[in-house]
Amino acid sequence: MKALQTMKLEIESRSVNEAFARAVVSAFAAQLDPTVEELADLRTAVSEAVTNCIVHAYRETVGKIYISASVYPQGMFCVKIRDRGCGIADVAQAREPLFTTLGGERAGLGFAVMESFCDKVQVRSAVGKGTTVTLYKRISGRDDA
Amino acid sequence: MPVEFKKQRRKLTAYLIGDIDHHCAEPIRMDIDERIAADKPEVLCLDFSKVTFMDSSGVGLVMGRFRTLSVYGGRLELSGMSGAVQRVMQLSGIGKIATIVEKKG
Repeated sequence: MKALQTMKLEIESRSVNEAFARAVVSAFAAQLDPTVEELADLRTAVSEAVTNCIVHAYRETVGKIYISASVYPQGMFCVKIRDRGCGIADVAQAREPLFTTLGGERAGLGFAVMESFCDKVQVRSAVGKGTTVTLYKRISGRDDA
Repeated sequence: MPVEFKKQRRKLTAYLIGDIDHHCAEPIRMDIDERIAADKPEVLCLDFSKVTFMDSSGVGLVMGRFRTLSVYGGRLELSGMSGAVQRVMQLSGIGKIATIVEKKG
């Protein structure tokens, strides 16, 4: 399917940018006229993915996070969050709810939230190379009468 | 955003304001833990009425406060949760360790 429109954003993996990333993606998704709930779900899922880049991918350093989003026909929305960080050795394990390699105040629910709030989540990763998380969500939008 | 506190006998209510994400969670955590250490409340109520956004960092914040309270037998309550906040909390099963109360009035 050909994208109707695409956007790209490149940010540093600083936590202050989490809100910025959410704002950019929701502003771009606004053209699909999402419901309040759909927008909240999308923002939360993006927040989880971006946070993962900051606390996991670039744990001891600061790197670039590449966010791209596309709008497709029939309200299909796709967001890709890519990093060049440490990569995930066991993706299946990382996606288990409550699993986290960090202690402290990390709940281990990032992927669980993404999967619950989006229609589909794809994760591609290579240790030492980086990770790409792709989120798919169909936005119901306004009925065209 | 700084946390607002209200003390009623042995119950301390912490009103969370604004976004709760990974970036905002740390200062919130510090504010609350400082008050818990000073007051040792029997009940800590976290109020989410003025929360504009929350991801799973908010769940981590709640879980961490539960641990802090458990050290001396304090209890945790959660109030004022909107639909969006509730949806994230539900994924965590947090109802097992905290009492969810409806906002009064």
